[in-house]
Amino acid sequence: MNYLLGAFKPACNISVTFTDGKNRKQVPIKKDNGQTVMNPLFQSQETIAGKVCIEPYQGKKVEHNGVKVELLGQIEMYFDRGNFYDFTSLVRELDVPGEIYERKTYPFEFPSVEMPYETYNGVNVRLRYVLKVTVTRGYAGSIVEYQDFVVRNYAPLPPINNSIKMEVGIEDCLHIEFEYNKSKYHLKDVILGKIYFLLVRIKIKNMDLEIRRRESTGAGANTHVETETLAKFELMDGAPVRGESIPVRLFLTPYDLTPTHKNINNKFSVKYYLNLVLVDEEDRRYFKQQEITLYRLKEETSS
Amino acid sequence: MRTLAGVEDEEKWLAEGIAGIQHNAFFMHRALDANNLREVLKYSALMLSELRTSKLSPQKYYDLYMRVFDQLRQLEIFFKDESRHGLPVVDLYELVQHAGNILPRMYLLCTVGSVYIKSKQAPSKDVLKDLVEMCRGVQHPIRGLFLRSYLAQVSRDKLPEIGSDYEGDANTVLDAVEFVLQNFTEMNKLWVRMQHQGPGTVREKQEKERNELRDLVGKNLHVLGQIEGVDLEMYKETVLPRVLEQVVNCKDELAQYYLMECIIQVFPDEYHLQTLETLLAACTQLMPTVDTKIVLTQLMDRLSNYAASSLDVLHEFLQVEAFAKLSNAIGKVIDTQLEMPIGGAMTLFVSLLTFTLRVHPDRLDYVDQVLGACVVKLSSVPKLEDARAMKQVVALLSAPLEKYNDIVTALTLSNYPRVMEHLDDGTNKVMAMLIIQSIMKNDSCISTADKVEVLFELIKGLIKDLEGTDTEELDEEDFQEEQNSLARLIHMLDNEDPEEMLKIICVVRKHLMTGGPRRLPFTVPPLVFSALRLVRQLDSQGGDITGEDDDPATPRKIFQILNQTIEVLSSVPCPELALRLYLQCAEAASDCDLEPVAYEFFTQAFILYEEEIADSKAQVTAIHLIVGTLQRINVFGVENRDTLTHKATGYSARLLKKPDQCRAVYACSHLFWVDDLDGIKDGERVLLCLRRALRIANAAQQMANATRGNSGPVTLFVEILNKYIYFFEKGNPHITPSDIQSLVELINTEMQSDNGNTTIHSDPFFTSTLRFIRYQKQKGGLMGDKYDLIKL
Repeated sequence: MNYLLGAFKPACNISVTFTDGKNRKQVPIKKDNGQTVMNPLFQSQETIAGKVCIEPYQGKKVEHNGVKVELLGQIEMYFDRGNFYDFTSLVRELDVPGEIYERKTYPFEFPSVEMPYETYNGVNVRLRYVLKVTVTRGYAGSIVEYQDFVVRNYAPLPPINNSIKMEVGIEDCLHIEFEYNKSKYHLKDVILGKIYFLLVRIKIKNMDLEIRRRESTGAGANTHVETETLAKFELMDGAPVRGESIPVRLFLTPYDLTPTHKNINNKFSVKYYLNLVLVDEEDRRYFKQQEITLYRLKEETSS
Repeated sequence: MRTLAGVEDEEKWLAEGIAGIQHNAFFMHRALDANNLREVLKYSALMLSELRTSKLSPQKYYDLYMRVFDQLRQLEIFFKDESRHGLPVVDLYELVQHAGNILPRMYLLCTVGSVYIKSKQAPSKDVLKDLVEMCRGVQHPIRGLFLRSYLAQVSRDKLPEIGSDYEGDANTVLDAVEFVLQNFTEMNKLWVRMQHQGPGTVREKQEKERNELRDLVGKNLHVLGQIEGVDLEMYKETVLPRVLEQVVNCKDELAQYYLMECIIQVFPDEYHLQTLETLLAACTQLMPTVDTKIVLTQLMDRLSNYAASSLDVLHEFLQVEAFAKLSNAIGKVIDTQLEMPIGGAMTLFVSLLTFTLRVHPDRLDYVDQVLGACVVKLSSVPKLEDARAMKQVVALLSAPLEKYNDIVTALTLSNYPRVMEHLDDGTNKVMAMLIIQSIMKNDSCISTADKVEVLFELIKGLIKDLEGTDTEELDEEDFQEEQNSLARLIHMLDNEDPEEMLKIICVVRKHLMTGGPRRLPFTVPPLVFSALRLVRQLDSQGGDITGEDDDPATPRKIFQILNQTIEVLSSVPCPELALRLYLQCAEAASDCDLEPVAYEFFTQAFILYEEEIADSKAQVTAIHLIVGTLQRINVFGVENRDTLTHKATGYSARLLKKPDQCRAVYACSHLFWVDDLDGIKDGERVLLCLRRALRIANAAQQMANATRGNSGPVTLFVEILNKYIYFFEKGNPHITPSDIQSLVELINTEMQSDNGNTTIHSDPFFTSTLRFIRYQKQKGGLMGDKYDLIKL
């Protein structure tokens, strides 16, 4: 956005800095153009404070009808481009109408902002938080500057976390029992489990465990569902016989996962599934999908 | 798919695989040099991915594996050095598990795991347990086997065995055992499973391939055998039951056979001994197609060697009743494995017997028991025709002979002859020969009639024709060899006690008499001489009173037996031999002062001469024998002697050829002059004989003249001259110097008249005779004076 605006050669340069910007953790965010930029990380109930600095170019003066900073939480549907839905909107007036001749700095503060949703970058939907600085001008159009920041919210350990255990099969062909140690995993968790073969009449070539993400957007007839396979992890090579039990140990760390999002502001949901896939020698696939809940656990060490 | 592809394709695939490994190894090394962990992991995983191929045979796959193995060593060195990659080993242990494909993941995990154990940041048992458990993910037989063998290899020096760095605290040797056992179990399952994969048409090839892989599985057992700290208790309670359970349950012929073999080879003897029951029970549970006999044989061989190694261990064998257990197990195996060839069963018995002989040399009853079981088995089959089985039986029977070096021991085994009965005739003979050779070699003396009876029962294949034998087929040389051995054997039967000896002789005679005409000429003479030895023994002991028995051993009685024996021989017909034996007996009888007996023998001899000996040459020989014997016998009264000498001279004169007549007659002259103190000295009849001989010689000369134109050599005359000189020297008053003188002249005349060419070959015999006379003359003394009267 900054780049685009720069093309119009605005009269001033606007920058936003956070109070603890130097120490705050930065996390990478993928932008539309594919580039990754580092943005500061916040969580809900944090006070978002900083300074807005407006610096007119070479002796130019900026006339304005007021300067304000907004904190916006937006949901953007890709099929409905350009149409943002703001679920959070806070405003701070920074200046009364007047003229700015030289560099001017405005401190701002949004205390204990409620930011219930996490930043999310999906296939069809994006949820972002942004600080929007507007220098309102009557005739030449307002000068607007955006500063993205990331919100991540941490969940406590779930009080109930049952294992997933199920027996599935095709009659007289394949019967297996699988067990995953939990149904809820945090993002750095390890999935442990066991696949127990009760009956094997087909020649299995290999068995994989996939992590799939299902992102559904919209509602009712307009619902879009997009499924991505984020991880494909080979559990077994070769054909087992009856009675064999194959261990499962899948570290979630290497994959780009988010917590499960359920019905975010009635706009979208993100769900995760473990998909157990068995492939036979004729490349036929037999699979069973199980939903798991992902959550973000507060990391004890670095902030 | 692989099995259907050609060899060239396989070569191609291997080459591709190697190229892939080299390519990725290159980049891995670059990353190693740069200490770039991410790149190292990436390229090592790529390299390891080459091992995911299904296209190669085990042998080719091994080639690939070894190349990767070398590279993994480099990787391990890198992992060990935390300063190079900057991660604690526990993090590294997690990091390598991020790999998406299981095979590269597991190889990396094993490699890091080995570093992890070495770092001692985690108890080795936990890491080992984790590794062996995670390896389950690879269920492909070949890939799984190689992966697990890699695990076994990298963990070999890190097991928490006693004395190792990794032992202690919570890590016990039991954990090491548990780890190896589990790896073994899984590997065996994979190995066994190989056979169920791929189409049935390539079964044979599969079996071959499986065989190539067996050492990978067996290696685990070797490791188990080498783990320090596995004591008997642990072996008994944990190791063996677990291994055997796997062996029995896998129900695979190849595996069962190979693994049993391994078990027997890798674990110490004393463990086997102490767990014999378990081990044997497992043997009986193997698949029917498994060659249990080889397994058992090896076991028994090992135990036998163990027993032989030191005397101290023998009591252990007794303690565990090794024999009874083995014997039982063998019985069970034979009973259950119906299709086992008889040869196999025999092999087992041979092993058991060898074991028994080594371990319990004093327990003849055990030996007999084995033989008994063998008899039972042999009786259950119609006829032993398998050459291999036959060989085994021979081995079975030879074993006690070799062990005890003494047939006498073997003779007390009641089942021994019963086993022999099951041999075919040819083998029976071979066995009989072996027995005889054993006796000869060890110079053992069989001293009771009972034993002799048993022995002859054993070797009856040599003694008589068995039913159904085609005598035509027999090789003459072999036959003679056999019979000569038998003859030699007879001389080994001996007992100091004459009565027992007599019994022996009777037994031997009974058996030999069944031998038939071809055998008797070989076997009767030794029997006769054996009997004559007894006679001489009795004689030297002075008399025939040896007991109040009804049936005392008297020379008279022996002679009776001999008479009957030889009689058989004469009807064989083998008259010349019989005649000789008669004469021998006569002489012996004479030594015993049994005139009538001696006379009887002579009578028999003469009858034989008259009736049976028709060949003139044989007659000549016979006459000389008779004369010689008669001359030596001094037991006869005048009358008997006269009769016999008369007969002898009579026969002599009736020989066909003149020279034979002549020689026989002058030989008869000795009958009248026995050069003993109290011998007959009938000089007149001597002279008569010699004159008669001269006459015959003359006639012979003339006959020769008439038929051939020359009278031939004067040998006969010279021989007679010698006789003259002999009797002259002996002081026969009827032989005068003039007689000799005239005979010399006669010979001279004969020689001169005998054409002109005689000068050339003047008779050397005559010349030396003359020289002798001259010598005697010159020598002087009493004899010289006597000779002086002869004028030459």
